[in-house]
Amino acid sequence: MSVSQEQLDAIALSRAEYELIVRKLDREPNEVELGLFGALWSEHCGYKHSKPLLRLLPTTGAGVQIEAGSENAGVVDVGDGLSVVFKVESHNHPSAVEPYQGAATGVGGIIRDILAMGARPVALLNSLRFGPPDDPRTRRLFEGVVAGISGYGNCVGVPDVGGEVVFDPSYAANPLVNAMCVGILPQGGLVRAAAPPGSTLMLAGAPAGRDGIHGASGLASRTFEDDREMRPTVQVGDPFLEKVLIEACLEIAASGCLEGMQDLGAAGLTSSAIESAHRAGAGLELDVARVPRRESGMTPYEVMLSESQERMLLIVKPGREPEAEAILERWGLHGAVIGLAVEGGAVRIFDGAEPVADAPVSALADAPQYRPGGARPFYFDALQNAPYPPPLDASEAGPLLVRLLGSPNIASRRPIYRRYDHEVQTNTLIKPGAADAAVLRLRGSERAIAVAIDGNGRAAYLDPYAGGARAVAEACRNVAATGAKPLAVTDCLNFGDPQKPEVYYQLEQCVRGIADACAALGVPVVSGNVSLYNETRGEPIHPTPIIGAVGVLARADDRLAAGFAAPGDLVYLLGAPGVRGEEADLAGSEYLAFCLGQVSGRPVIDLNAEARLQALLARLAENRALRSAHDCSDGGLAVAVAESALIGGVGAALDAPVEGRWDAALFGEAASRAIVSLAPGKETEALALAREASVPAAKLGVTGGARLTWRGVLDEPLEALRASWEGGLNAALGRTG
Amino acid sequence: MAPRFAIVVFPGTWSDRDWMRALTEVAGAEAEYVFHLERSLRGFDAVILPGGFSYGDYLRPGAIARFSPIMPSIAEFARAGGPVLGSCNGFQVLCEAGLLPGALMRNRHLEFRCQPQLLRVERATPPFTSAAAPGQVISVPISHGDGNYYADDDTLARMEANGQVALRYCGADGLPASGANPNGSRADIAGVTNEAGNVLGLMPHPERVVEEALGGVDGLLFIRSMLAALSGSPAAV
Repeated sequence: MSVSQEQLDAIALSRAEYELIVRKLDREPNEVELGLFGALWSEHCGYKHSKPLLRLLPTTGAGVQIEAGSENAGVVDVGDGLSVVFKVESHNHPSAVEPYQGAATGVGGIIRDILAMGARPVALLNSLRFGPPDDPRTRRLFEGVVAGISGYGNCVGVPDVGGEVVFDPSYAANPLVNAMCVGILPQGGLVRAAAPPGSTLMLAGAPAGRDGIHGASGLASRTFEDDREMRPTVQVGDPFLEKVLIEACLEIAASGCLEGMQDLGAAGLTSSAIESAHRAGAGLELDVARVPRRESGMTPYEVMLSESQERMLLIVKPGREPEAEAILERWGLHGAVIGLAVEGGAVRIFDGAEPVADAPVSALADAPQYRPGGARPFYFDALQNAPYPPPLDASEAGPLLVRLLGSPNIASRRPIYRRYDHEVQTNTLIKPGAADAAVLRLRGSERAIAVAIDGNGRAAYLDPYAGGARAVAEACRNVAATGAKPLAVTDCLNFGDPQKPEVYYQLEQCVRGIADACAALGVPVVSGNVSLYNETRGEPIHPTPIIGAVGVLARADDRLAAGFAAPGDLVYLLGAPGVRGEEADLAGSEYLAFCLGQVSGRPVIDLNAEARLQALLARLAENRALRSAHDCSDGGLAVAVAESALIGGVGAALDAPVEGRWDAALFGEAASRAIVSLAPGKETEALALAREASVPAAKLGVTGGARLTWRGVLDEPLEALRASWEGGLNAALGRTG
Repeated sequence: MAPRFAIVVFPGTWSDRDWMRALTEVAGAEAEYVFHLERSLRGFDAVILPGGFSYGDYLRPGAIARFSPIMPSIAEFARAGGPVLGSCNGFQVLCEAGLLPGALMRNRHLEFRCQPQLLRVERATPPFTSAAAPGQVISVPISHGDGNYYADDDTLARMEANGQVALRYCGADGLPASGANPNGSRADIAGVTNEAGNVLGLMPHPERVVEEALGGVDGLLFIRSMLAALSGSPAAV
């Protein structure tokens, strides 16, 4: 073999994979061909270790308009002639190396995935994970990531309407940056990413540079020891160019001159052009000499693998090129015809007249798949069965609630979301911080969509199956709490090195949990992304499934926010017949970790109970029986009630008896519960609906006043709770203002 | 004839569609987009420069947009007394173009801010604020990273004397308050006019609060005032 181990390492291919390439080509690949294989067979593009598992996920259902994984993003019918297009994607490794540009280009990349379908991007969300907030590295990463999302998202004119952030030591050297974008598509507007024979390949947007080469294979597909060594593989974003590209591409799509459209993301032109040809069963001929560049002396290898941002591949109907070019010119852009799709199944790449690569599309596009087999992690027994620390004195309940509200994982996210424009496009009916999900109206319709993103790495660490299931349940519950019916989800699976049996086990169990939850809740997975090798120096992150959920409200006016709306309303707990603390509810809870310093237990979920609760929430909203609804999750019941009081600016007096272990009752995180408030006149109707839905309910008390009191349990002024909750995040990060 | 608004679109503008909806669907006015490559505003009765990041805010916000082909027509329109309203990036462009005094610098804390903002209407006069009561406190959101208004002492004194300070950040009682100024701007200035009063620049986004569903309708007063001025009838409050 003429190839060196060093060459293979640079593109993260194994010796066995190289031999497979030789068999498929019936010869040794040249340098360019090897680069194409390296990119397309990378974990990032080829899903080598995850594809067999992803087949477990339910991907079809009412309203799903294209099969998951077949296009850039999922498409779901939301009624009134409109579809939503959405996807979540990771940009973890680039963000670890260069947080501002890593996060910024993560936002840019996911927007182009939505744009490629012909949809106007209407909302951004993001899910972030960092190490301990007092670690200087965390502070640097946090500042860079938030500034990058802010800098890119604000400039591009797509509102950033939601997100979540968690701090945990397992992410200290490997932050997670998952970005989600939602687009709206009028029916008939869908653009596929397929290049049928005869169509012209036109490149629009930025010229190619040497940035990002090996981003897919090197950065996203293996662990790395020293972030400095990887810095040149991170791309630099230009949100202004992206904004102009959005307007130009939507105009071109509307003009009818496109066969298809595909963004350039991981592995650049290689993946974009070859995957488009593959989808159409075509081959392609492409001349790298015609690719616009911003640096001189780039080799064909570099042009094919450049991950320069803000580029789109327009697949133009033959003869319609001048129309597309004219629209691009009007927006100050250029279109370069770089090749065409042809009959037959070969990719032929030229540099001017000189052939530089020739390989079958199918060989390139079908990466080998592995199912290495997992092994149950050793730590399970110790952590799942660890005895819980005894409860503190019950007189501590009030001060503990104040403290927990200031936990960096619970405190108000206002210091983050006020740095993101969440209102542009004037569709945001429920804004960040007001509810568990954002609600956006749909123009020309009475309907609205609710969008949320959620995940719980600690729960997945303690039980990956339950963690996966709970992530789906919670993201959908967030949507359901606004009164929307969850329609579909997108998933981003963030895990360690899948070649480690314990990590593979986590991945497999987690996917099974997601699959079962999706089946129980009737929500298919319509798109997604897998990010593996999230570890540094041998330590994997907590397995972290992130779920983005989209739901629909038949009437936007039925929407519910989380804050108590008026004094004198009744406060109810849905999902439990009373306030009873079981020790097991402390499993993986924020209270156990933050106040008692222990991560242990085994989280569970009853998916049937979850489905009943979510159906009930939609029914209650539809009947306008509620004044507010809030998911009961991180921090448990007491935190959820306090948040509803703080968001609404209305206190509450509770008198429900507390049974069992008091701290588990207040702060335990049993799933499938919600805190709602309702006008006294609606009590009978609401309880009847709950009975009909077989969801237990418990009256907790009444809203009103400027304190949160719970008879015999706690009594705190809202001001004290607010100071801790609003100041918690900045205080933990050592930030001012 | 209903008054016609021109909504100027630079590359990177993003409040254009929001203004279109506010002006036409909500307020019932007529409006058209005018691309930055156009050279005429013939047939228009008022001009809106919307928010966004024209030319990516590269160099300085508004610094490149002021050289756009449409800009001489906007200057001419303003000189002739036509109402010109620039919000957010539009305000920045108008300052860069010299149609308004002063400059907008990076927010004092260096961060972007998107949040509701209380404003005191300093002058309730045509053509932009006649629908308000003098001293009225309104809530209009901001969304910017460069809204820190600066003018030198002499300019500021002249502006105050001429009544060119149109809007100020304030507390709920309309008075200056600690924490009420979101960006460090001098004299809590949120919006200013030219000497003649027919060019208004403001950092907040009136087009985002024109329906109760969006959280308020205070932004409508600017549109109603302009419609009243253009039709020659007193503004409905």
